[in-house]
Amino acid sequence: MSIVMAFSRPEHRNYRLRRVLTEASSIMLGLVLLIWSLLPVYNMLLIALDPEEGEVEFSGNLYPPEPSLEGFGAVVMQEARYLEDFWHQFGNSIYIGLLTMVLTVLIGSLASFAVSRMRLSKGSLLTNAALFTYVIPASFLIVPYYRIMHLYGLSDNLWAVIAAQVTFATPFAILIMQLYARLIPFELDDAARVDGASAVHLYLRIYLPLMTPALAVVAVYALLLAWNDYLYQAVLLSPRNMTASVTQGQLFVDADAPWNAMMAAAIIYVLPPIALLFALRRYVVAALPAGDVKG
Amino acid sequence: MSSTQQVLAAGPRLSVKGPRRSPGHRRLRGSDLTWAIAFVVPYAAVFCAFAVLPIGYALWMASQPSLYTELVTDRLYLPTVVNTLLFVGLGVNVKMFLALLLSGFFMRRRWWIRALLAVYILPWALAATQACISFHWMLIGEQGLVDGLLLALFGIDGPLWFNHRWLALGSNIVVYIWKWMPFWTLVFLAGRMTIPRDIYDAAEVDGAIGYRRFVHVTFPLMANLYLVCTLLSTLWTLGDFTTVHMVSGGGPAGSTQVLATLGFQYAFDNAKPALGVAAVMSALPVLIPIAIVLMRRLQTSEVQL
Repeated sequence: MSIVMAFSRPEHRNYRLRRVLTEASSIMLGLVLLIWSLLPVYNMLLIALDPEEGEVEFSGNLYPPEPSLEGFGAVVMQEARYLEDFWHQFGNSIYIGLLTMVLTVLIGSLASFAVSRMRLSKGSLLTNAALFTYVIPASFLIVPYYRIMHLYGLSDNLWAVIAAQVTFATPFAILIMQLYARLIPFELDDAARVDGASAVHLYLRIYLPLMTPALAVVAVYALLLAWNDYLYQAVLLSPRNMTASVTQGQLFVDADAPWNAMMAAAIIYVLPPIALLFALRRYVVAALPAGDVKG
Repeated sequence: MSSTQQVLAAGPRLSVKGPRRSPGHRRLRGSDLTWAIAFVVPYAAVFCAFAVLPIGYALWMASQPSLYTELVTDRLYLPTVVNTLLFVGLGVNVKMFLALLLSGFFMRRRWWIRALLAVYILPWALAATQACISFHWMLIGEQGLVDGLLLALFGIDGPLWFNHRWLALGSNIVVYIWKWMPFWTLVFLAGRMTIPRDIYDAAEVDGAIGYRRFVHVTFPLMANLYLVCTLLSTLWTLGDFTTVHMVSGGGPAGSTQVLATLGFQYAFDNAKPALGVAAVMSALPVLIPIAIVLMRRLQTSEVQL
């Protein structure tokens, strides 16, 4: 809109005023959102940078008076109480997270390729049945899971957690991939067919490359699901095979824990998904317009 | 007929750029059929072994009627049901509505709004347990960051958030909204991006701007998406264990428990697994209708294509 016009005509003054007001209120809203989003992160940093061990109190300083990296040092060297085994547990978390991510993308993309691109008759039955998984929320099934994993011989095994996470991530993955696959013209498949491409070839050379944005969204989603999990890891794993997430959560019972180190560990723990999201941001943004659940 | 109505009437398919189904619907034969089945088998196996079996087992465990009389007579059960309804009802609806409004804000083309979006989705990428623990320390009373700021900025003596049932429940709800609003804002942002500009231009000719544009144009177009997301989110939120377990810890005196945490307590702290399963399964009368409506909605939108 031409600003010159707005200046030259008096009747546009109202319009100008409104624009200024809109701008001012959106800046206000932006500030509120900024504080709202960052306050807990700021609190984590505040506690982590405090040199005193059990200090969780807010002493009125917006910046720690003597910021120190002792907390982080204690985590890296595994010196703090409860964190003697931090890197091993962190490794377990990574193992669960990565395998959940890879398996969800693989199993989900294979199934949705067969159903939506190869037009497997009655295939949509499977994808509908998949959503049936969500009728009962994951946390409600923890007791049966505990027993069934024992039955499968997977008690105290990281694979038990991976299986659970893949089960709960895949239906959503299939939903997203099917919605996104609608944007890929069938003519492409047909043309490749004429050239004699096999089903595997279609999947590897056409489906996967064109689906990259949807795959990125699914990967982030699956990793976050595994990373957010507390309950399944706490119940299905013994202390020997514990993950970083659970150790930090269990500390609730002990208010005297070395909280600066605990928060430093928490900050280290939250980084991988953020890094993944950042690395894949181009694809995630590309998937946005297609990712609507409306169909 | 106004121009808006014309455009709206013209485009039930407006969000999809042409269905891609090619006319000749071949049947799968030979090696293709084998491959298609091979591609589906991994998921079918996972689904049967880790979804059907646990759900069936849970239903079987919870099938004894005597468990439910035990539940109803338990001091904690009925308040927990009320808490769950409040937690899910308020949490999901406030979150969804704010997410819908905020997705409109993030549609604005300003460089700083784009930068803000990156910060805004941070809670979604932040692991739930760690974020909730941070909130727990923020709200721990006069030593927490929130009360500290209240005192420093406004001179108010903040309350002891976790010593009072409704304050503690409210804290859980706010943390839940903080954690999950960004994800749904992204989904709605995606939905808004599929609405073609022409519709807004046509609506503007008819004088639909600002609030009226939202009520008469944006919301009707987003209604199906909004409903589907709300239902899906309700199912997921009913199972939210981490927020309540980490923020208020179910306290004071178990008065802010939700079904997920109460079931856990029965099963693992009180060593009554069947009772724990029965407690969570008592949500089935709510879960099943929601799931049915959700699947219908997803199905009808399939058909529209």
